[in-house]
Formats: sequence, structure tokens, C-alpha cells
Amino acid sequence: MSVAFDEMTNGDGSIRPAYAALSRWLSNVPPDVLDYRRKEAEFIFRRIGITFAVYGDSDAQERLIPFDIIPRILTGTEWRRMSRGLEQRTKALNLYLKDIYSRREILKAGVVPEDLVYQNPAFRPEMNGQKVPHDLYVHIAGIDVVRVDADTFYVLEDNARTPSGVSYMLENREIMMRLFPELFADNRVAPVENYTDELLATLKSVAPHSASSDPAVVVLTPGIYNSAYYEHSFLADKLGVELVEGRDLFVRNDVVYMRTTEGPRRVDVIYRRLDDDFLDPLAFRPDSALGVPGLMSAYNAGNVTLTNAVGTGVADDKAVYSYMPDIIRFYLGEEPLLKNVPTWRCREADHLKYVLDHLSELVVKEVHGSGGYGMLIGPRADKAQIELFRAKLKQDPNNFIAQPTLALSTCPTFVEEGIAPRHVDLRPFVLTGSDKVRIVPGGLTRVALEAGSLVVNSSQGGGTKDTWVLEES
Amino acid sequence: MLSRTADNLYWLSRYMERADCLARILDVTQRLAQLPAAYGGSTNEWRSALLTAGCADLFKQVHGEDANEQNVINFLAFAPENPSSIRNCFEIARTNARSVRTALTIEMWETINSAWLELKRYSTKNMTREELARFLSFVKETSLRFDGAAYRTMLRNDAFWFSRVGMYVERADNTARILDVKYHVLLPESEHVGGPLDYFQWASILRSVSALTSFHWVYRESVKPWLVADLLILNAQMPRSLTSCYQNITRYLDDIAAYYGRQGGSQRIARSTLTKLGNSRMDDIFVTGLHEFIDSFVFENNRLGSTVTEQYLL
Repeated sequence: MSVAFDEMTNGDGSIRPAYAALSRWLSNVPPDVLDYRRKEAEFIFRRIGITFAVYGDSDAQERLIPFDIIPRILTGTEWRRMSRGLEQRTKALNLYLKDIYSRREILKAGVVPEDLVYQNPAFRPEMNGQKVPHDLYVHIAGIDVVRVDADTFYVLEDNARTPSGVSYMLENREIMMRLFPELFADNRVAPVENYTDELLATLKSVAPHSASSDPAVVVLTPGIYNSAYYEHSFLADKLGVELVEGRDLFVRNDVVYMRTTEGPRRVDVIYRRLDDDFLDPLAFRPDSALGVPGLMSAYNAGNVTLTNAVGTGVADDKAVYSYMPDIIRFYLGEEPLLKNVPTWRCREADHLKYVLDHLSELVVKEVHGSGGYGMLIGPRADKAQIELFRAKLKQDPNNFIAQPTLALSTCPTFVEEGIAPRHVDLRPFVLTGSDKVRIVPGGLTRVALEAGSLVVNSSQGGGTKDTWVLEES
Repeated sequence: MLSRTADNLYWLSRYMERADCLARILDVTQRLAQLPAAYGGSTNEWRSALLTAGCADLFKQVHGEDANEQNVINFLAFAPENPSSIRNCFEIARTNARSVRTALTIEMWETINSAWLELKRYSTKNMTREELARFLSFVKETSLRFDGAAYRTMLRNDAFWFSRVGMYVERADNTARILDVKYHVLLPESEHVGGPLDYFQWASILRSVSALTSFHWVYRESVKPWLVADLLILNAQMPRSLTSCYQNITRYLDDIAAYYGRQGGSQRIARSTLTKLGNSRMDDIFVTGLHEFIDSFVFENNRLGSTVTEQYLL
């Protein structure tokens, strides 16, 4: 594994231009001031209640995601390049989903193997031949991007179901502006606070054709015990729309209504933060108490828009991921602007053989896994873990992909021993409306707080940073 | 607004108000229990605190007959098995607040959330009297902050009105229960039920609704039991009187009705209770029976609560 690219400091010790002002500031600020500000940040986060729950950890029902007070910085040029790639990729995702649930040209052309669709647990046969409003499926996408050198960004993962984290992007910026106004005076940082306005415009633009000119939008949450509940309430609040639970909605004559103090009120667009399985007990899991009986029939009747659409999971698992460059070429006739990480599909015999021979060098991931659970990081695993994965791979190769251990870029991070480089990734959010694609400059930077660690997931002890895109003045 | 949101706001305010009332009851009880027997400190004030808080039956199930300073304080302030203990009031208030965060202002949420975080510091059983005093003033300050935050920061719309209705229904209930438990000490002198009663009992009633000073400003005489009853029941200047509570309830329910363009059962009940209070004179109330009057008030107040629920919150 090569030495990771550091986003602030070059190998020769010189500072990269984007970080010039920050580096000057860091070398002047006394460590106890940083420490004091970090505590202040934590205090504010806890008081506002920006918490998340970790599943399977009952002691920590409400935990803070650690926040690092040193921002991660991208130049405007880097950002514009990346955002063109994000837009291209999201367009392809939408065209792919439309195709998969209608004519399936891409399967007929043999670009994507059929069983990747039909055997996929996230494939929803209920959506076959269903027209969704404006032919859009992924209205809100979170595309995870990592950097390996000055010029190369890789897409690590597409999140096309209910990507979360955008509230941290927004709150991190708020808190940074509160704690370090002097830093914002020295750097021209592009604002992100218009995200929720852009989101509202996006949601309204995809209302069903039958909706009024001012469509009623709601955010649907599984409730206060969901790990991302804070984000759901945060978004509803900033959007100025109702935050509903399943029990607040009902369906009559294929129209969705919410129960209000003034009686039933029609709902046109549901930004749902509830997985497909739980949406409608009549269509999916009959034991789900979180959903709305009859929602799917209202959806199929075209009387309500669900964002994201039902069945988008068939486009974002890690096996489909490896075909994304081909998917982009197939629908857009363009070369992908953002690269994929080279990926071995263990479903293919020669790839599997290579993976089994190189387990100690590779990262092996479950095709449907998320949150950093159930993966093998070869170079950091002991013999027993490697053998365990060897057995798993042989038993069910289709369930796994493997990638080289990437030297994720590092950023200066304030940790116990002072300021030290830590690995980061980036999740920008791409909004697709019927009128246009909107991307605010930035995203959520996640940082692995342990030295050398590559796992940035909050459920595994990762933290977050504010992400700056500098405007060239 | 969502019925569930209105329901949460209504109960959130009720629980914050209830916590405040419990803190006052404990405060007053401790003060009274410390008096020498000759000044009225002989009766079992701790039992009477349980009655005022409406928790006597539940307490008996858990602790039996023995009500003393330690176990009553613990029961009313901290006991998890008492659904209306101050701790539980704050817990429920925060759970409600979390599920309606979008309907609360930042200031209201921060008040509730920081109180909930702070509450963890007071978890010790057998706290000293000094610690208890600090705890009680923390509770009272929290409800003042919450009330002030709501008043100063909320939009004047149905969310605000439902939370106000909740607060005043709870407040009316609390004032009525204080009167119900202590009514015998408020009867005119010729009708004493409790033997020779004195200033300290009356003063303690006034204190429990933080009105000892107000009393003197309103009546400009020494404390007389029938005047205490008048202040708590009929005097519209007194913010915890039944009349004042119903003026507010009626007003906010009317705001809701005007906003929604429709009147209903809860508006009718509130108006009729307010009219009844307006037509009453203390002399008549004593003639027909103070106890009966309060009983029927509590009944009507509960009926209003359930009507509000049926009309708006389901």
C-alpha cells in the first residue's frame, strides 16, 4: 500500500494552494484554543440534539457523530469537474432504472447480466411496467467519492435508496461559521445552506401531473427510534413541510391523505426515509407497522410521487456498481467522467480465482451490505478473518465483490495527539428534478478518526468534517 | 397541522406545567412540614402532598400507608414507577418534543433537551434538603424558560394555541386539586372542619400557586381563607385562578375555531365553564358547597380535555 495522498501537504512538505490560508491559521492557533472550540462544538451538537442511534448498541441510544473542526477543502476547479461527473452518473442511474422496469434494452444488449436484476432482492417486480411521474426514480442521490491523488477521484458507491447525512453537511457548516468566523473571512467558501430550498424545488417539480400548482410535500419517517430521525426532522423543518409517520397517512380511493386537525388533507409528494419493504404492508412486508396500507396502489394509480421511487435498490448495489461505466456508455454514449474503483466481481470465475489468491491485499465487500458492516480489509485482517472470508466467498461468490485497498487521501484532523492526517471520503448529494439537476457545492466529508483506519462509517467510529469548495475570486 | 403533532404539543405543555406544579407542591410541603406542631406542622403534610399531586392511590400500591419525607419526595420527583413524577414528566415531554421537533422553535427544543440532559445530574436517591431545593428551583426555572420560549418565539398559529390550551387545562386541573385537598381550611370560620387553622396553612396554599405576594396587592388585607378561595377561583387578575385559566382556554380555542372556520364541542364546553365562573360569587359557592363546586369543575375540565382530543387530536 503506497503512502496516501495528503490534501494539505505535498510529499516535499510544501502546502497545496487550496489549504494555504488554513495552514497559516493552523500554525498560529494555540492547541488549547482548538481544544476549547472542539468542546464547544460538541456541547452545541448535544444541546441541539444532533444525534444518531447505533443499531445493536443499547447503551448508546443517542450518540453524537464526532465532529472534526478542521475543514476539508476542494478548489472550485476540482469541484466543477466532479460535479459534471456526478450529474452524468445520476442521469445514467435514472435511465437505467426506467429501462429495467420497462423495456430492458440493456439486458437484451447483454451489457448487464439478467440475474443481477432478477435475482436481486432489491428488484421490485411490482414496478414492472409502472410509469412513475416524470420518468424519474432517483431524485436524491448520495454518491460516495474518494480521492487517491491530486487528479484522481473514484466513485466508491452509489446510494440511490434513502441516502442520509445531508443534515450533517448543513449543521457542520453552521457550527463552523459560528466557531471560526475568522476562517471564513480568509477563504471564499461557496455556501451550501440553499440545499433545502433546492430540495424543495426538486420535490415540487416531480409532483404527479394531477397535483395542484402548489403540491403538498411531506417527509415520511419511521419515527423517533430510527437512527437518522434527527435528519428527518431537520429536513422537514427546513423544508417547511410536515414530518409524518405512517400512521399519520391513509389512502382512500387511491389518493393519499394526512390526518390533520382540520380533517384529511391530500398529499402529493412523499419524501420517504423508509425502506421499500416497510412502505405498504399490503404490498410488501405484511408485519410492517411503519408504512401506509394502500400506498402502493395510490402510487401505481399515479396519484402520489415517492422520492426516491420504489425499487431503486436494483441500481445501487455493489455488483451493479461494477457495471456503471458500461451503463453510462450505453445510455449516454459518453465516457464516464468519474472513474470507478477497479472491481473484481466474484461471480465471474476468473475474478474469483484472483480474489482468493490475493485476499490479504484486497477489500472484500458484500454486494448488498452497507454501513461498513460485513467487509474484509485484507491488509488489516488476521489469518482467521481471511480464512472466514475465503469460506464465505467459496460458498456464495455472487454475494461479493473485491477491490484493491485504496490509499484514500488524508486531511489534517484534530485528534488526541494534535493535528494529524486521517483518511477521508466525500458524499455529495445530487438532486434530480423534472426541470434540472441541482448539486450544492460540497457534501459530507467523513473521516476515519483512528490513525491508519480506512473505515469512515459513523456506525464504526468515523467522524465528519465541514467540506469547503473555494470560489476563485 | 397533523393531528399527531397537535396532540404532542398539547401533552408536551401539559407535562411541563405538571412538573412545575409538582415542584411547587414539594417546596410548600417541605416548608410546612418543618413548622413546629403549634403552627400547623402536625398533620401529615406528606400524605396531603400525594393527594394534591393526584398520586395517592398509586403511592399506596407501591409504598403502603407510610408516607414520609423521603419516600414522598422520591415518589413525586424521581420514581420511574410514578408516571407523573417530575422525572417522567420531563422524559415524556422530551420524547414528545423529539417527535414534533418541526413544530417547536429552537429555543423550546433546547430548553427541553438541556433540562433532560441536566436531569441526569440529579439522579441520586436520598438527596439532602439543599440538593432538593436546587433541584426544585431547576424544575421551576425550566418551566419558566419553556413557557417564555413558547411565548416569545412561536408563530401565533394552531401549534401555539394547542400548546397553550394544554398548559391552561393542566394548570386549571392543578389549581382545582390544590383547592380540593385543602378546601376544608378555606371554609368561613363558622364552618370549620379541620379544627383551629391558621395563617400558615393559608399561606402555604398561596405559595403553592406562587401568589402570596399577589394576595396582598389584590386585597390589601391580612390573609383570610375566603379571600384565598376567591383569589384562586374567581379572581381574573390571578394567572393561576380557574377564571383566568378559562379565559385563556376560551380565547385560544376560539382562535383555533376562527382559524379553521369551524366551532365545536370544546369551544362550547369552555365557554359554558367560563360563563359559570363569571356568574358565581364566593358567598354562593360557600352556600352550595365549596367541595361540590370544585368537584364539578374538575369533572368539566376533564370533559373539556377529552372533547379537545376527540375534536382535534385523533
